[in-house]
Amino acid sequence: MGFLLQQLINGFMLGATYSLLAIGYTLVFGLLKLLNMAHGEVYMIGAFFGWTIVTMIHLPIYLALLGAFVIGGILGIIVEFFCFRLVSKDYPLASMLSTIGLGVILQNFALVFSGGEMVRFPEMLRTSNFYIGPVIISEVHLVIFGIALCLMLMLNILIYKTKLGKSMRAVAEDKNVASMYGINVNVVTMATFFISSSLAGITGVLTALAYHSITPFMGVEQGLKGLAVIVLGGLGSVSGAMAGGIILGLSEVIAIAYLPADFTGYKDAIAFAILIGILLFKPTGLFGKFGLEEKV
Amino acid sequence: MSEGYLTGIFIQIGINVILALSLYLPFSTGQISLGHAGFMAIGGYFSSILTVNFGFPLLVAMVLAGVLSCFFGILVGYPALRLKGIYLAIATMGFGIIVQIFFQNFNYTGGPMGFQGMKGTNFILTYVTAIVFSYLIWRLMNSRIGRAFEAVNEDEIAAAAMGINITRIKILAFSLGAGLAGVAGALDAHYVYYIDSHNYSFLRSVEMLLFLIMGGSQVVWGPILGAVILTSLPEVLRFMAGYRMIFYGCLMMFLMIFRPQGILDRRLLLRLKNYLVPWKVSHS
Repeated sequence: MGFLLQQLINGFMLGATYSLLAIGYTLVFGLLKLLNMAHGEVYMIGAFFGWTIVTMIHLPIYLALLGAFVIGGILGIIVEFFCFRLVSKDYPLASMLSTIGLGVILQNFALVFSGGEMVRFPEMLRTSNFYIGPVIISEVHLVIFGIALCLMLMLNILIYKTKLGKSMRAVAEDKNVASMYGINVNVVTMATFFISSSLAGITGVLTALAYHSITPFMGVEQGLKGLAVIVLGGLGSVSGAMAGGIILGLSEVIAIAYLPADFTGYKDAIAFAILIGILLFKPTGLFGKFGLEEKV
Repeated sequence: MSEGYLTGIFIQIGINVILALSLYLPFSTGQISLGHAGFMAIGGYFSSILTVNFGFPLLVAMVLAGVLSCFFGILVGYPALRLKGIYLAIATMGFGIIVQIFFQNFNYTGGPMGFQGMKGTNFILTYVTAIVFSYLIWRLMNSRIGRAFEAVNEDEIAAAAMGINITRIKILAFSLGAGLAGVAGALDAHYVYYIDSHNYSFLRSVEMLLFLIMGGSQVVWGPILGAVILTSLPEVLRFMAGYRMIFYGCLMMFLMIFRPQGILDRRLLLRLKNYLVPWKVSHS
């Protein structure tokens, strides 16, 4: 029982980072019905920027988180401008390829910067553990989970309680009608990209804190898993992305714990097996609100 | 620059032309696949097992690899009929990644250690295959079936009303594309001597999509042109060393801003035709 509880808690920690990344995808998809494939790379750049602040400028970790948040947001605005606003809307795949191109650029910048080697992220938090009965919770995990939860709460407030959130929802519903009501669609889109990508940047630092190592390629796999999560939760649904991330985190951790040793290599396949299953049997996802009529 | 180096690049271009065409087939009926690296892996591994462990000649192994990939194409294509656009792209992406993870853990083909001992792909074999398939696809696109592909791509309901069996046409296009990817996978495996699951990552599928979209997805010549340009470009840019992929990415972004339909589209092809064969002027 204690073992299971421990795995569940680990799964929640892992899942929270998946959720944060997936929320970024789903915000953009909800607004434009297009995928931002550079999202994983923004996450990676966030981790590298945090690392630079911590090891080269020797600032505390909380400033690194803030820095990654800001740099992620700036990258998001760049993505929006060069890959979405300037690219013709008549060819939806063009935007997707353009974001892949931007991802290639970001990845290779990191590659040149790091020299292609795995970079060790210093342990910034005291590694004291809390013992609750048979369950161990490390402080790092608690901080990560706490920050993730705070961000998700703030996002929910932003979307459902503020004027910007209201206009974001309006633009997602119908761009033309929203602009008729005096909403500046370009500004709202830009703000959405800022929020989406800054979440990715901060997630990069959070996972770097948990795993202590960062590589220029860390964004690829994480980005693909984020995609799987938004399909699971329903494309365009924010609460779906939150729940989907937790579900994926839990199922991965439990699979590692309970599958026979020969099969643990398949743990990364779980995300994509779930993804295919969901797409075939319930294409709108668990919490989806958009139908299947897509532009592409 | 040695002769072997140049031949190697030319063989790669040939293989990539086949891969780009393999994606063009499903795309011409409106199906986007981001899992073609999976079909390529199936073809590559299966043909390698046949030639290395059972001593089959390469040509026979290539044909069998194509048939097996084609079969898997039907297996994936049939349930995927329900999905469209981004949803289909994501589902096929999942398939490709699962195939990659499978081969990473499959001990018979060496698992993470990879599989080696294949040889035999040469310049002539690659280009004979590439040219034969280009010709066949060009003929196919101008045949009754090709017209059906186009009709399904433009409007499925209208196509069905004209008596086209959409299910059959879409599965035909998807499985033919998958089979072609398998053939290219066989050629590729016997060219690189050593394969492991990383050869067939998601990025491989993205690369194929790049050939198709940047070359132009409206005409057969588009993916061929895309494969030729994008395969030779990193070699041409070699002098930039670490920055060449950054340049490559910038080029992708600029091209998508200024020419989102790809380099070669119907209009440009028509103008080229009128320019090159002025005595057969055609308008549209």
